[in-house]
Amino acid sequence: MTTHDITITINGEAITATVPARRNLVDFIRQEAGLTGSHVGCEHGVCGACTVEVNGTPVRGCLMLAVQADGAHVTTVEGLADTGRGHRLRAAFQTHNALQCGFCTPGMLASALEYVEGGGTADRTAIREHISGNYCRCTGYQAIVDAIVEVIETGEGA
Amino acid sequence: MTGPALIFDKPNAYIGQSTPRADTNRLLEGRGRFVDDIQLPRMLHAAFLRSPYAHAEIRGLDTSAAKAAPGVVRVLTGADLEGVVEPYVGVLTHLKGLRSAPQMPLAVDRARWQGEPLAMVLARSRAEAEDAAALIEADLDPIPAACDAETALDPDAPVIHPEFGSNLAWERLVDVGDVDAAFARDDVQVVSRTLRFGRHTGVTLETRAAVAEYDPSEDRLTFHYSGQAPHMMQFIFAKHLGLAEENVRVVANDVGGSFGIKIHTYGDEVATAAAAKLLGRPVKFVADRYESFLSDIHARDHVVEARMAVDKAGKIVALDFDDLTGIGPYSMYPRTSAIEANQVLNLTGAPYDLENYRARGRVVFQNKNMMCQYRAVGHPIAMAICDGLLEDAAAKIGMDVVEMRRVNLMRDDSYPRASASGMKLDDLSHQKALNVLVETMGYDALRAEQAELRARGVYRGIGFVSMVEVTNPSPMFYGIGGAPIASQDGATVRLDAGGGLRVSSSVTEQGQGTNAILAQIAAGVFGVPIERVTVTTGDTDTVPYGGGTWASRGAGIGGEAMLQAAHALKEQVLEVAAVMLQSDAATLDIQNGSVVDGSGARMTLSDLARTVYYRGNELPSDLKPELIATRHYRVTDFPFVFTNGAMAAHVEVDTETGLVKVLNFWAVEDCGRVINPKLVDEQVRGGVVQGIGGALYEECIYSEDGQLMNATMADYLVPMAVEMPDIVVRHVETPTKTSVLGAKGAGEAGTGGAPAAVMNAVNDALRPLGATLWQMPMTPERILKALGKV
Amino acid sequence: MKPADFRYARPATLDEALTLMAGEGEIAALAGGQSLMPMMNFRIAQPEVLVDLNAVADLAGVTEMDGTVRIGAMTRYSDLARHDVLARLPLVARALPHVAHPSIRNRGTLGGSLALADPAAELPAVALALGAKVHLASTHGTRSVAADDFFQGLYETDRAEDELVTAIDLPAATAQETYGFHEVARRHGDYAMAGVALTRRDDGLRIAFFSVSDRPVRAKAAETVLRDDPTKLDLAIEALDEIDFTGDLNGGPDMKRHLAGVVLRRAWAEVLA
Ligand SMILES: Cc1cc2nc3c(=O)[nH]c(=O)nc-3n(C[C@H](O)[C@H](O)[C@H](O)COP(=O)(O)OP(=O)(O)OC[C@H]3O[C@@H](n4cnc5c(N)ncnc54)[C@H](O)[C@@H]3O)c2cc1C
Ligand code: FES
Ligand code: FES
Repeated sequence: MTTHDITITINGEAITATVPARRNLVDFIRQEAGLTGSHVGCEHGVCGACTVEVNGTPVRGCLMLAVQADGAHVTTVEGLADTGRGHRLRAAFQTHNALQCGFCTPGMLASALEYVEGGGTADRTAIREHISGNYCRCTGYQAIVDAIVEVIETGEGA
Repeated sequence: MTGPALIFDKPNAYIGQSTPRADTNRLLEGRGRFVDDIQLPRMLHAAFLRSPYAHAEIRGLDTSAAKAAPGVVRVLTGADLEGVVEPYVGVLTHLKGLRSAPQMPLAVDRARWQGEPLAMVLARSRAEAEDAAALIEADLDPIPAACDAETALDPDAPVIHPEFGSNLAWERLVDVGDVDAAFARDDVQVVSRTLRFGRHTGVTLETRAAVAEYDPSEDRLTFHYSGQAPHMMQFIFAKHLGLAEENVRVVANDVGGSFGIKIHTYGDEVATAAAAKLLGRPVKFVADRYESFLSDIHARDHVVEARMAVDKAGKIVALDFDDLTGIGPYSMYPRTSAIEANQVLNLTGAPYDLENYRARGRVVFQNKNMMCQYRAVGHPIAMAICDGLLEDAAAKIGMDVVEMRRVNLMRDDSYPRASASGMKLDDLSHQKALNVLVETMGYDALRAEQAELRARGVYRGIGFVSMVEVTNPSPMFYGIGGAPIASQDGATVRLDAGGGLRVSSSVTEQGQGTNAILAQIAAGVFGVPIERVTVTTGDTDTVPYGGGTWASRGAGIGGEAMLQAAHALKEQVLEVAAVMLQSDAATLDIQNGSVVDGSGARMTLSDLARTVYYRGNELPSDLKPELIATRHYRVTDFPFVFTNGAMAAHVEVDTETGLVKVLNFWAVEDCGRVINPKLVDEQVRGGVVQGIGGALYEECIYSEDGQLMNATMADYLVPMAVEMPDIVVRHVETPTKTSVLGAKGAGEAGTGGAPAAVMNAVNDALRPLGATLWQMPMTPERILKALGKV
Repeated sequence: MKPADFRYARPATLDEALTLMAGEGEIAALAGGQSLMPMMNFRIAQPEVLVDLNAVADLAGVTEMDGTVRIGAMTRYSDLARHDVLARLPLVARALPHVAHPSIRNRGTLGGSLALADPAAELPAVALALGAKVHLASTHGTRSVAADDFFQGLYETDRAEDELVTAIDLPAATAQETYGFHEVARRHGDYAMAGVALTRRDDGLRIAFFSVSDRPVRAKAAETVLRDDPTKLDLAIEALDEIDFTGDLNGGPDMKRHLAGVVLRRAWAEVLA
């Protein structure tokens, strides 16, 4: 088995490990770093549950190898909570019940955050398009859109 | 029903309020506790070799290379589990005549569907387990398969269980009134259609997952599972792995969606428990998405020949149908795969005043993945049959579909009564719900707009459904037939020394908000701020015994048990308080964490509890407070507590591409007492979207030889955000008289009703073009074929 | 669903990458990974060596010269979408939002899309419609191939196994140029059920379909009809019989044939508008 020694800074903490070349980023985050907030729903890029930020950009954690993130800065849902970033979104998700089982939530928040921080408007269709790569079986999406709209309309950032 | 008075309008009455769910904080901050999050010392990871064929003789499985592969600790085959696992059979005695064959977690000498587990590899990592599974040399001999349910009963069809002589698993006939005479009347018009319902599946975002721990020193199995019915699984593991029931602990923490998928006995999960027992080490199995598609139960898969006779006034004179459903090679254990067909027979036409009703259901074996109960069991079929034909008949006689419903729906003042199929009904509000719906959606304006757009070549359709939903089941659902499935649920409420309330319940949480409403009920009935309530569910070691979550029963049954328990504890506390305060218990109440009387707060609950727990010497010796109460509740007077609803879909069909856009959706629900309006609305919305999925997108597409062709999330289309409409939800509240709480279920209505409403809307759009479509999902290709464009 | 084991290399220069590509065994280039990784997770692809192109600076970047825009193979969809040059590539701008979803566009690359040659992908058809040139390199040297000759079958291109796509040349839009694009997909961001990209310039009309055949295809007969008479749309649609339609899970060849006509009609309306 081919292995690599890598260091990934996750939520500000450098994690060094020897990993098999085939270990993907989300498995690394969950298993090596013990940060189980990022989820795995399909392992083929469709569901978005594994979405994490790599160097500030949301990507599919199941379609990137851990070794590819060697030297990178990764932010997960736990990191957002630690720093308070996205707290308005989280509060709005709670008020609108924009999560039921919560399995999609970490990925959904990452996509929502990209949209809100990127200056997205409160247009419901645009919001729906932006989260079109995040599957939620429970909510039917409306409450998620409501939460994002509310945060944007409040105008104080995510 | 007698019980605590005035629980709904006191200061702390959380019932009826949209209190936010406290446990969402954890989930929003990445602190969920899902099964795959568990990492245990010495834990092994399981991967399965699954049958690549729909039907094959297993000549041999050479596991030597797999055993020698890096990281592999053990490889198990079906033969290895013989004597370790007692086979299981998915039959229930009250479904007379239902038959199924004994099943083992890993196939022994025949594989009967593509995806059936054949062998299990246990290795240090999932990747290594998969490597080794690929090294197993399986000598399989494909044999003729009976894949298509419609031909599975043909005389020349391969028989899947030769001992049965045919592929018929179960058959039932309901025949009420004189159907033939009704159809023969010369004043009736008849519509007849063949309806097809594709197979679909649950696609819970968290796949099925299990971690099994076995401690040989205590002969004790702990099974962490992503599922809905811990006590049922406790029984099953005990029975089939030969353990004492009390030595089996089943824990369900956070569950990433379930919808009925995670309430069955899956071979791979039983094998996981068996492997943990054999090896004395923790074993983790997390289905990957491909395995989910191949092995999570599928749902629907019905072909229905149906006809309806109506008279000139639009009155339904008779309904007659024949339902054929394919369930895969076995009836699923322990709930069986005949319940869905049974529901179709029970529920079709149930909203309507119907005298002549005949329904035949046949359940057949086939070489496809197993079919079993999934959200809104049987409802989408039942509603689509009756409401589909109703709207078809309305078109035929030139009557408005709302008017036709008004003629036929049971009157709101006509209860208690029974449906044509004999279901006992009470406290329903079909007429009122329809009125609220028509008003909410602005029906007349929509029809006017539709006509105007049609003239410009834009094809919009409006479709309705009036529906019932089975909720709060009594023991008549499963228990009567011998299944280890409790219909009662229990709740325990304990006052802690700090004045907080610790409650536990046997119903379970998969995101619907069960824990939140239990806290609302406990806090409101007992009298503490909701922040002081801590809820435990999903652990057979600590919660009262009960059925878990199924058939929309969490609020109605689990909630009522919690209400009774909280009330019982309150009475105890007031008795103690009366002694301590030297007053009359009848003059005392508990509000906001304190014992109060007419003049205000007299003592905090914490003071009271600390006195009881620490300074019992201050109490009279004959006063022995428990400060804990447990109550159980089951529905007794009715087999089920039905709810009703009325829904409408507004769609636009692109007649060139066949694409359907759902423009609007309205749902009016009567689920009795609404405990948390927000949560109920969101249950309805999520359910509607799943129903739209079934109507327009979702289908397990099989090749003729039983290969699932779209076992990926790229090819199996679930509803995503852009295509889904905003959904308007309204309530009519007719509390059930079977409980104090008055809550019925709400979790499945959307999924049960939306498909019929969407189908009717699409057909409403297509009819002016001379086309209709009676097959779900209503895909672009099927729509274009119906239009004769392809 | 874990990939089979492989060796992983991350070259920093094109030369290193090409040397690695020329090695023994089954070798795959890893670009955005948005198609290759799923295939590896399903073990449909089991390369022995993975050559990660993400650190190869020579493959990134967008330059513009004499009316030609050169886009490095490793340019990600989302970088392209934000780039000024998009003003000169209106057809690309029109197509990009239809490719997958934001976080996939954050990784997926133009070079990866062309190299993969998924018959249902947007950008290969856009490349055909624009008359793009694909630049290839190997240890034997470099060459360029017209998009017309590049796509050769289902996931098959003119690229040799040891070659890398290094860049794509696209003509910047001229003032007179008009274009059209239409796709029908079951859900937003899905691969299309059928789609078409087309450009009309002084020097001609190019119509390229995707998701109707085993590769992105030009409709040359239809081009001739419409170039001669832009009102003869029905005739052009009839001329689509020249295409070898192949079905997929969304429908059979008849369905594709029908949808090809529909998308052409809608895209052509855009051109005329
Ligand atoms: C959920 C989902 C939805 C999607 N929807 C769409 C869609 O609607 N439309 C669409 O077009 N695409 C879609 N895609 C695919 C996406 O666009 C891919 O990113 C793209 O097809 C491939 O680009 P990549 O950079 O990710 O390539 P990779 O996945 O890294 O590589 C793809 C293939 O090309 C080879 N390759 C890559 N780069 C080079 C190179 N420079 N030289 C030689 N060979 C190379 C690789 O070896 C591999 O065989 C979707 C993907 C996902 C996961
Ligand atoms: S797990 Fe990565 S997209 Fe589904
Ligand atoms: S809340 Fe369950 S998948 Fe989104």
